[in-house]
Amino acid sequence: MWFEQVLFFLAGIGALAGALGVVVLRNPFYSVLALVTHLLALAVLFLLLNAEFIAAAQVVVYAGAVMVLYIFVVAYIGGLDEPLRPEGGLVNVVGPLFAAAIGVELCIAFIASGLSALDTRGADLGADFGSPGEIGQLLLTRFLVPFEAASYLLLMAAVGAVVLARRRRGLEEVEIGALEEVGAPPGRREPPPETTLEVRV
Amino acid sequence: MDVVWFLVLSAFIFVIGAAGVLTRRNPLVVLLCLELMLNAGNLALVAFARMHGGHAGQVFALIVMVIAACEVVIGLGIIVAMYRNRLPIDVDEMSELRG
Repeated sequence: MWFEQVLFFLAGIGALAGALGVVVLRNPFYSVLALVTHLLALAVLFLLLNAEFIAAAQVVVYAGAVMVLYIFVVAYIGGLDEPLRPEGGLVNVVGPLFAAAIGVELCIAFIASGLSALDTRGADLGADFGSPGEIGQLLLTRFLVPFEAASYLLLMAAVGAVVLARRRRGLEEVEIGALEEVGAPPGRREPPPETTLEVRV
Repeated sequence: MDVVWFLVLSAFIFVIGAAGVLTRRNPLVVLLCLELMLNAGNLALVAFARMHGGHAGQVFALIVMVIAACEVVIGLGIIVAMYRNRLPIDVDEMSELRG
C-alpha cells in the first residue's frame, strides 16, 4: 500500500516536472525531451490505475513514435532559441493568470463536487482489468465503429501531411512545362510563384 | 490511492499546458503544450475508468491518443510548409489564413 503511494508521488512529481520543463525551457529540443520524461511518468501513473494496455501504448506510440516525429522536425527546422516576448506584452501577464484561474476552478470542482466515490479507491476489479485482451475484445465488438473511424482519421491525417509538406514549387514547374508543351498562349501564362514569395521575404 | 489525487494531478498538468499554449510563441512548443493538455485529459479519463470499474474510459483514452497523433502530423506538416515558404516560425506573425 505504501509502495503504491510512494510510486504515485514519484511519478506525479516527474510528470509535473516534465510538463513545467516543456513550458519553461527555451530550446524546443529540450522541450521535446522534457515531454518524453512527462510521458514516461504518465505511463507509470496509468499502470497504477490498472490500465496496462494504455500504459504500453503510451510508451510505444507516444514516447516512441510521435516524439521521434517531433525530434525530426526540430532537427529539420533547427532548434532556434526563441527570444522572450518583447517588452513583456499583455499576453505574458494575462496568460498565466488565466491558466491559474482554470486550475483553481478545476480543483474546486474536483474537491467540492461531493461525489462520494472520489474519496475511495474505486470499484472492485477483476484480475484482467485493463489487459490487452479485454481492451482488444471491446475494440472489436462494442467500440467497433469508433475504432474504424479512428483508422480512417489516421489515413486522412497521413495523406494530409503529405499534401501539406510536399515541395510545391517543383509541382508548379511541371504544370507550367505541361502548359508550354500544349502550347498555351503566352498571355495567359501566370507569373512564376517566386515573385509573390520574395515579397514575403 | 484515492482517485481524487489523480484528478488533481491531471488538473495541474492541464493548467501548465494551457499556460504554455497562451504564452509561448514557437508553434512547435505550442503543439507540445497541446499534447500536455490532451494527456491531462487522458489521465482523468483513465482515473474515472478505474473509479467505475469499466473499460469505456480506457478505450476513450486510446481514441484520444489517435486524435493527438493526427493533430501532431497535421501541425508538423503545417510547420514544415511554413519553413519551406520562409515564413517566420512564430504564431504571433502568422495571423492570416492566406499564407
